[in-house]
Amino acid sequence: MKTYLAIFRIRFINSLQYRAAAVGGMATQFAWGFMEILAFAAFYKTNPAAFPMEFSHTVSYIWMQQAFLALFMVWFFEAEIFNSISSGGIAYELARPVELYGRWFSQTIANRVAKTALRCLPILLIALLVPEPYRMSLPPNASQFFLFLVSVVLSLGVVASFSMLIYITTFYTLSATGVRIIAAALADFMAGSIIPLPFFPQPFRAIAQVLPFASMQNMPLRIYSGNIAGDAALWGIGLQIFWLIVLGLFGRVLMKNALGKVVVQGG
Amino acid sequence: MRLYLKFVVMHLQSQMQYKVSFFLMTLGQFLVSFTALLGVWFMFTRFNEVEGFSFQEVLLCLATMLMAFSLAELFGRGFDHFPRIISNGELDRMLVRPRPLVPQVLVSLIEFSRLGRLVQAVLVFCYVIPASNIHWTYDKVITLCLMVICGSIVFFCLFLIYAAFSFFTIEGLEFMNIFTDGGREFGRYPYSIYGRDVLRFFTYIIPLALFQYYPLLYLLGRETSIFFMLMPLLALPFAIPAFAFWRYGLSKYKSTGS
Repeated sequence: MKTYLAIFRIRFINSLQYRAAAVGGMATQFAWGFMEILAFAAFYKTNPAAFPMEFSHTVSYIWMQQAFLALFMVWFFEAEIFNSISSGGIAYELARPVELYGRWFSQTIANRVAKTALRCLPILLIALLVPEPYRMSLPPNASQFFLFLVSVVLSLGVVASFSMLIYITTFYTLSATGVRIIAAALADFMAGSIIPLPFFPQPFRAIAQVLPFASMQNMPLRIYSGNIAGDAALWGIGLQIFWLIVLGLFGRVLMKNALGKVVVQGG
Repeated sequence: MRLYLKFVVMHLQSQMQYKVSFFLMTLGQFLVSFTALLGVWFMFTRFNEVEGFSFQEVLLCLATMLMAFSLAELFGRGFDHFPRIISNGELDRMLVRPRPLVPQVLVSLIEFSRLGRLVQAVLVFCYVIPASNIHWTYDKVITLCLMVICGSIVFFCLFLIYAAFSFFTIEGLEFMNIFTDGGREFGRYPYSIYGRDVLRFFTYIIPLALFQYYPLLYLLGRETSIFFMLMPLLALPFAIPAFAFWRYGLSKYKSTGS
């Protein structure tokens, strides 16, 4: 455990170096969130009765999504891991006395947390200050906020375990770019990154809600906004734990299998 | 021009060496924009219209943006890659060659997998052109062509500006994505739905609405003045500041790398 914490710390400090990029990213995310909200507002104005969430819930959902973008979006992969597999650097990784799955897992989480730590506060601050219909609201009560925190941690775990599966497929295909783009596009859509899950039409919605992707950003964002509360939230967190375990175990088995027949590239 | 074609063929051949990889990447590009399309469709199964635009009308708008963007991207992808050309010193090599710089940058990277997006735009057009209840007269066909062509020129200029910024800093360029990727993503709905201020911004400052919203009104027969039909042409002067900025950046360029 200490090793993983050390890896986490090194990676975290490493990512904090790119501050100018963070400012640029923040501006982008803020503008992006604002446009997104304006689009939903237009739909709301056209037909408020058909709107499946409360408008204020949607607003909070989008601001939180932008603030924690790097935490939840599947498409933030670690280029380094892909390179080490296809360039042969994996040989060094394997020579180290640290279990590879755990090492990559902590690296993934560290980079996501560091990126988010740099960016989220200013976005949250502005989102809490903009004028009324577009202002982010606070969670309805303290216990809801606590559930949100639990859910964030679990969802980060689910996202990281899912990314691990994609890294591992690189052992089999070598050219991972295509697989990566496809997996990220589908996963992010099913997790509610383009439109929140309540906006899905019925058969799709029922299916999407039980898939592992719903345990990613969907759950914490909806718990924060108050769209999911009480028992439903507890159930959701249970589902997240379930998927975290399943994806984690599956990833470890797959990795063991892959390492069994790994061919080191290059010399 | 013949040199350009030669490079195109070269890139095509080299990318065809890895057919599976190429196919997967094209499919990936297709899916990325397909999820956006799916998002629009899901919204319209619930709401039949937004601010007076129906599903077909929004699709027409989406396809125009997608097509304009992917055409610009197909040719201008080299600009996207430009920060790396600067940081690894490749630009110095380009500058000593006896050929103009911009074409050299353009041919440095051409990704055919971006065709995935273009294919999607074409497919959406195939659906929406007959389905949109527009009586397609010559002037409307010309309007649509103008929208796509002028649109891709505007996006191309935005890529150029992005590249020009990297003469000054290669960090923090992410904010340009609001106008390139963001322009495409938010352009799936007519800019008017975002409110007056956003529409003004995209009319006078970054002229994305000039080839999207105003000529769309003409296509739909809501405006009959020929002025709306020719609006996309008004976006073209945007190339002047874009190119001037590029020249200015280039004049400030000091070498990097070794």
